[in-house]
Amino acid sequence: MIHFVLLVSRQGKVRLTKWYSPYSQKERTKVIRELTGLILTRGPKLCNFVEWRGYRVVYKRYASLYFCMCIDQDDNELEVLEIIHHYVETLDRYFGSVCELDLIFNFHKAYYILDELLLAGELQEPSKKIVARLIAGQDSLVEAAKEEANSISNIIAQATK
Amino acid sequence: MALSGMRGLSVFISDIRNCQNKEQERLRVDKELGNVRTRFKNEKGLTPYEKKKYVWKMLYIYMLGYDVDFGHMETVSLISAPKYPEKQVGYIVTACMLNENHDFLRLAINTVRNDIIGRNETFQCLALTMVGNIGGREFAESLAPDVQKLLISSSCRPLVRKKAALCLLRLYRKNADVVNVDGWADRMTQLLDERDLGVLTSSMSLLVALVSNNHEAYWSCLPKCVKILERLARNQDVPQEYTYYGIPSPWLQVKTMRALQYFPVIEDPNTRRSLFEVLQRVLVGTDVVKNVNKNNASHAVLFEALSLVMHLDAEKEMMSQCVALLGKFIAVREPNIRYLGLENMTRMLMVTDVQEIIKKHQAQIITSLKDPDISIRRRALDLLYGMCDVSNAKDIVEELLQYLSTSDFAMREELSLKAAILAEKFAPDLSWYVDVILQLIDKAGDFVSDDIWFRVVQFVTNNEDLQPYAALKAREYLDKPAIHETMVKVSAYLLGEYSHLLARRPGCSPKEIFTIIHEKLPTVSTPTIPILLSTYAKILMHTQPPDPELQNQILAIFQKYESCIDAEIQQRAVEYFTLSRKGPALADILAEMPKFPERQSALIKKAEDIETDTAEQSAIKLRAQQQISNALVVTDYRPPNGTPPPVGSLNLVKVSSTSSNSDYNSVDQGADHTNGTVSKSDSQTASADLLGDLLGPLAIEGPPGAATSEQSVLSGGDVPSAADAAAIVPVQDQPNYVQPIGNIAERFHALCLKDSGVLYEDPYIQIGIKADWRAHQGRLVLFLGNKNTSPLVSVQALILPPLNLKMELSLVPDTIPPRAQVQCPLEIINLRPSRDVAVLDFSYKFGTNVVNNKLRLPAVINKFLQPIQLSTEEFFPQWRSLSGPPLKLQEVVRGVRPLPLMELANLFNSCRVMVCPGLDPNPNNLVASTTFYSESTRAMLCLVRIETDPADRTQLRMTVASGDPTLTFELKEFIKEQLVYIPEASHGPTQAPAPAVPQAPVIPPDDPAAILAGLL
Repeated sequence: MIHFVLLVSRQGKVRLTKWYSPYSQKERTKVIRELTGLILTRGPKLCNFVEWRGYRVVYKRYASLYFCMCIDQDDNELEVLEIIHHYVETLDRYFGSVCELDLIFNFHKAYYILDELLLAGELQEPSKKIVARLIAGQDSLVEAAKEEANSISNIIAQATK
Repeated sequence: MALSGMRGLSVFISDIRNCQNKEQERLRVDKELGNVRTRFKNEKGLTPYEKKKYVWKMLYIYMLGYDVDFGHMETVSLISAPKYPEKQVGYIVTACMLNENHDFLRLAINTVRNDIIGRNETFQCLALTMVGNIGGREFAESLAPDVQKLLISSSCRPLVRKKAALCLLRLYRKNADVVNVDGWADRMTQLLDERDLGVLTSSMSLLVALVSNNHEAYWSCLPKCVKILERLARNQDVPQEYTYYGIPSPWLQVKTMRALQYFPVIEDPNTRRSLFEVLQRVLVGTDVVKNVNKNNASHAVLFEALSLVMHLDAEKEMMSQCVALLGKFIAVREPNIRYLGLENMTRMLMVTDVQEIIKKHQAQIITSLKDPDISIRRRALDLLYGMCDVSNAKDIVEELLQYLSTSDFAMREELSLKAAILAEKFAPDLSWYVDVILQLIDKAGDFVSDDIWFRVVQFVTNNEDLQPYAALKAREYLDKPAIHETMVKVSAYLLGEYSHLLARRPGCSPKEIFTIIHEKLPTVSTPTIPILLSTYAKILMHTQPPDPELQNQILAIFQKYESCIDAEIQQRAVEYFTLSRKGPALADILAEMPKFPERQSALIKKAEDIETDTAEQSAIKLRAQQQISNALVVTDYRPPNGTPPPVGSLNLVKVSSTSSNSDYNSVDQGADHTNGTVSKSDSQTASADLLGDLLGPLAIEGPPGAATSEQSVLSGGDVPSAADAAAIVPVQDQPNYVQPIGNIAERFHALCLKDSGVLYEDPYIQIGIKADWRAHQGRLVLFLGNKNTSPLVSVQALILPPLNLKMELSLVPDTIPPRAQVQCPLEIINLRPSRDVAVLDFSYKFGTNVVNNKLRLPAVINKFLQPIQLSTEEFFPQWRSLSGPPLKLQEVVRGVRPLPLMELANLFNSCRVMVCPGLDPNPNNLVASTTFYSESTRAMLCLVRIETDPADRTQLRMTVASGDPTLTFELKEFIKEQLVYIPEASHGPTQAPAPAVPQAPVIPPDDPAAILAGLL
């Protein structure tokens, strides 16, 4: 099972965290500190796995961003490595050639997408197409609500004129 | 630039990005937090849009690593918003910021449930996602049936059902009872027929969790799993969108193969054949391709297939195919594949018959030990460690030693520990073992724990042939210009004991040895100085004929340290100074160390602990158990005994026969010391135990302190000193030594938690106990049962009460008739809180044997506790009113023996500290209460809170509170002792009866011992 997902920039700035096992706020900070120290210092041609506190952390660097997932020792590392890539491809499809800035200003979208991909620390949907469709559906729901709200506030505004 | 769609949020993020430094960022964040806080305070004026925006800002700030300690309520309340956009934000941010133990989550359960059972599909999805990500036990209890319904419903769309499957998995992890419904296994079987691969993938994850716990119920799923694999891997029958770089859903393949690994066998020949066909196809058909992702995905499947093949114990042909593949992998350049190749090869060691093939790759594996990547080096080290046996130990250990000098610090400790263990387990000869350990200390002294050098000393002490060799080696290392302090310790110790064996060699005269050791003294730390002083004393003793110059030199050193501030050093200096003036008596007192009792290597124990810690079900452990280590053959004449006799007292044998009466007492103390410390060293680590052994001889003349006088007062004049003297004659000098049956320390510990049982037993007598405790008073009855057909005479029972207890023992008869049992009631009054323990000094004569034992009596602090159940209203005011030390003490306890929470609660209840369930909202915590009674404190309420860490059961935080500072402290220490107490591996005397000990008489059924057992 994936215990948590962590996105950090090369400078160590956290871009996204998602915890599937219970960690207190203090532990979360500590975990992030330990792992960034461990992973950001690794050279480019090493393997994508790091052993940490009896767990395995599978990570991969995409441009300036490190995507990390922490799993149990007996989990299948390569499978998780490709879950990471699957997530990146889905983000890429949504944003259209995604970059770090997209994820900074639209961090909430990154969370929405992750929630369609993973649940309970397990892969939920292996099809990028379906994830994209679901996210588009959510976006349109939000849009519809916004328009509705606008039209209501217009009505109210006109009525109170 | 893409913007968030919320202007305020985008502006804030930009501001943060424009901050020049951390300080500016903090200021900006503080400003924003202040703003959000005031806006939340007058919530009425907030539009849903604003609320949403602020909640996102909070999450952003939280992600930056700042504490956000407000606004949780507002976030959770968004969950019940009627419109989708707010609800969505509420659910997602709640799931990010709170963890499953947060109180506010409980408030939301009802709303969440309404969303789950409601008709709105999008709301269902949001609710299932949150519960699946952070749902805890309470969610499991209240929502499981609804989630199940969604999963198997035919009217729900796949997007809901796949979430329901994983949500149920989460709830199952929190509470396994959620699938305890009739026919659930059949439902699972039906789910595996699912055509939608999203639902099928999620259901497969659920199945993996279910079968990993209990495969029995799910046999009917097995053929379905094989069908799925056939569909994916053979027929490639999947929709285009579910292929990943041309591979039919690799994730589903991996999960399905994982599920199959939890079934012990596949009996149906057809299913088995189909499965092997698929596996064979995977093994043969996976090629290395250029595209990284395709490669990774196909190898993810391949490695899973390898595991499955190993698990199924396939035909030999297929196995060697696997080993060949792994051999290929560990030689490739691609680091991920090499890493996994090494890892899987380590797992493969478990399979019989392949070790020899794996050994062929030894050279390749050693290359990986020098890889630039620490992850790969670790795997290589583990594999080498696992594959090591007598045939290749020399090569492997020498590789490890060589690598030690260049390895990075992160690995040195592990490396040296592993090298030491392998050297010990597989040493072809012991001199090689000594060489290895000394090299280890030389190269990585900082990483060589005390256990390692204690162990080498034990071996040398127990093997006479080894002694001159070890001494010579130690002498050689001392010539090096700079040596590690551990090397100083071990060489000083060895040379002190055995340098006289080298006397004829050049550079090995007592004077030269002394000089070279003494040169190191200015460089060593305080704990090493006592060892050097002992060495000097021993050198002095071995110098025959005496060398006046050397003597003066050494005496001057002793004199110098007589005023040392460190008590240990000072005591040794004073004692050695006095002793060295005794002339020939010195030789008796400082005689060579006796052999150590055989015991499990502390190192191996430690390594095993580490392995269980990391839950590594590895081949290493299994093999370690099977392999008979030749290095562990330690010659020892004494039969293994529940309580290992103290090394110190063995030295004293001769003293007792020659010296004055005051020595008796010190000897006696030594004996008492054994009995008393056995349990202490149990509760601590094995190294403390070892330390006791190695540094033991120095306790020879334990301070003739208060205990001496106290005892003489207590015993009055009526204890014949002959008996006393005989009682201290140690084990070896007495041919008919009486073996206790069972482990005394264990029996004591058991009796601490219950009120009746056997305190002590040997072939002649059994001492049982039955106790009754009322508030601060207690009545304890000793049952002394003679197991034999001849009487036990000169029976003496003395109670040595600690200061906190008042005890009165009724008269004990001098003789116990054959096969009779006498009862001796003992009245106890508890004066004040303390953990001190009363000791029963018990002796009797059987034939010509005098048997003496000092037994701790289970009149311990928890016997004066009365459990009490408190409600929330009673508990919390008390808890708050006792604030801070010394009334409330907190401590993080490490090295706790890992127990599930239920057992921990039971332990507390059996200590009469009553767990009050439900008081602490966090299910990982325990809250308990009890009342303590003593004359000084009267009834005193005690409160205890234990916070456990589910990720690491070996540590916890304990808070103890009561109205009395001593009580708080003593109770805390007592609980701590209970938490870390590790029962000794039982090795009763039955395993290896001493040749000299007469056979225990066969006990007829009407024997008092049997009656006694029945009575208790």
